[in-house]
Amino acid sequence: MAVLSVSQALNMALREEMGRDDRVFMIGEDIKDSTYGVTRGLWDEFGPKRVIGTPISEIAIAGAVLGAASVGLRPVAEFMYMTFMMCAMDQVVNQAAKSKYMFGGKAVLPIVYRTMAGAGRANAAQHTQSLEAWFAHVPGLKIVMPSTAYDAKGLLKTSIRDDNPVIFIENKVQYATTKDEVPDTDYTVPFGVASVRRTGKDVTIIGLQRMVEIALEAADHLAEEGIEAEVIDPRTIVPLDLDTIIKSVKKTHRVVIVHEAHERVGFGAELVAQIVQHAFDYLDAPPARVANPNVPTPFNRILENLSIPSAAQVAQAVRGLMR
Amino acid sequence: MVTVSPSQHSVASGSGAASPSLDRHGLSDSQLIDMYRTMLRIRRFEERVKELFLEARLYGSVHLYIGEEGVATGACSALREGDVISSTHRGHGHCIAMGLDLAPMMAELMGKATGYNHGKGGSMHIASLDHGMLGANGIVGAGIPISTGAALGFWVTGRPNVALCFFGDGAANEGAFHEGINFAAGLKLPVVFICENNGYAQFQSVQQDTPIPDIATRSISYGIPGVIVEGSDILAMFGAVRTAVDRARAGEGPTLIEAKTYRFEGHFLGDPEPYRTREEVAHARATRDPLKVFSAQLQQLGVATTDDLARIDRQVRDEVERSVEFGEASPEPSEDILLTDIYTGADSHGRTL
Ligand SMILES: Cc1ncc(C[n+]2csc(CCOP(=O)(O)OP(=O)(O)O)c2C)c(N)n1
Ligand SMILES: [Mg+2]
Repeated sequence: MAVLSVSQALNMALREEMGRDDRVFMIGEDIKDSTYGVTRGLWDEFGPKRVIGTPISEIAIAGAVLGAASVGLRPVAEFMYMTFMMCAMDQVVNQAAKSKYMFGGKAVLPIVYRTMAGAGRANAAQHTQSLEAWFAHVPGLKIVMPSTAYDAKGLLKTSIRDDNPVIFIENKVQYATTKDEVPDTDYTVPFGVASVRRTGKDVTIIGLQRMVEIALEAADHLAEEGIEAEVIDPRTIVPLDLDTIIKSVKKTHRVVIVHEAHERVGFGAELVAQIVQHAFDYLDAPPARVANPNVPTPFNRILENLSIPSAAQVAQAVRGLMR
Repeated sequence: MVTVSPSQHSVASGSGAASPSLDRHGLSDSQLIDMYRTMLRIRRFEERVKELFLEARLYGSVHLYIGEEGVATGACSALREGDVISSTHRGHGHCIAMGLDLAPMMAELMGKATGYNHGKGGSMHIASLDHGMLGANGIVGAGIPISTGAALGFWVTGRPNVALCFFGDGAANEGAFHEGINFAAGLKLPVVFICENNGYAQFQSVQQDTPIPDIATRSISYGIPGVIVEGSDILAMFGAVRTAVDRARAGEGPTLIEAKTYRFEGHFLGDPEPYRTREEVAHARATRDPLKVFSAQLQQLGVATTDDLARIDRQVRDEVERSVEFGEASPEPSEDILLTDIYTGADSHGRTL
């Protein structure tokens, strides 16, 4: 089996799905020359009616996929940075997310909005946002956040085959640096099934996307101190695999949540609420969150690093719960 | 039925690259020399930034203005005290044309405490409100409504100032372009829209993205004048912008100026440029280099000799070198500032201080 990077795995998923179903097409800015390599080669292979480069017009992209889905296609839109989706929120939030419900169930809208989140590359405040909680707040959208190359491929295929608008979030740093074994077979990863990336009995650490790697690193440090952490990657936050999370917390009695998004009203707040509601009697300590400290991402890389959760911070948060 | 075609509308075209103008628009020798110096400050600054980036002595997303210096310099030379500009991700040239100092600019690109934004913004967000520079911007098209708003402020208060709005050919396809310009045109706000058409939006050519040859013809739909200028001809650029600025200041409303220009470097530092040929770039460098064009104009006008211009170049190179020394000698920002500047008059949680 080949070891692939996340961007190679995504590329493979797109190629397979476009080959399998000719209703699938891609649309976005600069997708022909693909900055991060995700769409590389697809224009040559599938041509300009399947890989459609647009002007710099996010509203047009976000709305066009909705219109195209309404007439039977299965579009995959690309927004290179999640920040650029902010220019097109009407089409995503007021239109795509709500059409099915407003139309009394009549619309079937198989849309994938691919986009990228995360900090760590000195891109400053506008190009580093992790706004998954914004989208998770909106009924009608599914939110996918893979943390491995294997999951990236399997979940993108599931997203393309899903009959709903899906926000498929990729991580900037992981494109090239996160690599693992990816089969070239036609497999999918289901929505709503968390992945237990490490088992342990003392504490549950829930990470989102790249923060799963940080959680695993923290777990390694903690193991040296005799603390066995269980690391859970929800993989999709809507739908959420609450069962796996609650089962783990009932076993470990402690939980730490790590995400790159701002702490305030981040997805961690929803997780804490669910855990308290469903496992209150099992908790030995209040749930803890490690997140961006409610600050726009600074350009300076020392400051930027301070704004992104680190393994040391996660380990520290765990130690705080063990006392 | 009446068919409106661009030809019926006055979209004025300045002189082409082949025949740079020799109209000095009443500018004195020293004003012309200052403009040359400004252009050169942009060029040498950007060249040095590129070297430093390649040597990993500065970092981040950096978009160079090399090749487009005539546009910002010509345009900003038509401004007065109190006027403002909005800028783009390709903002270093606009900053320098507005008189920002090279040292704190370079320090900002290095993320240092002494930078214009204390290292919090970097290349894509340099701002100096004291200079009327309302900010570079990471969002394509975002400056269009912002400069419109500055002009709205001048209109409301009766302040006799003008806003200049720089944006790219790519930005002209954003919704913000339509909303901002239409709004400004309706109220006859004192704002001048300058589309820097450098042939590409990132990796896509303007021909690919925009089905009309001249973005300036879009002025028709807003009922405002549209003007096409060759951006490598700084005198033509100055003339067109001064006319538009005078008009705006007189309460006659906005103008859409399209500067035909070309970026000599990649979209950002590190761009492999698969979308254009080396020959295309070499041709532009040979025929549309605003520095070469202006140097010839100055000599033809008898304003400066090659020796004079070489002396200015040495002074500018010195200044750029001092900015590098300043940036490198400057400290990193203190970790304490991570959580400052989020709110005015409140802590990082929004609690009133
Ligand atoms: C809203 C938004 N969409 C996309 C981008 C990504 N992007 C950055 S620069 C750029 C091209 C802009 O082209 P143009 O306006 O012509 O300016 P130029 O780079 O040529 O100066 C793009 C697409 C962005 N920064 N913001
Ligand atoms: Mg351009």
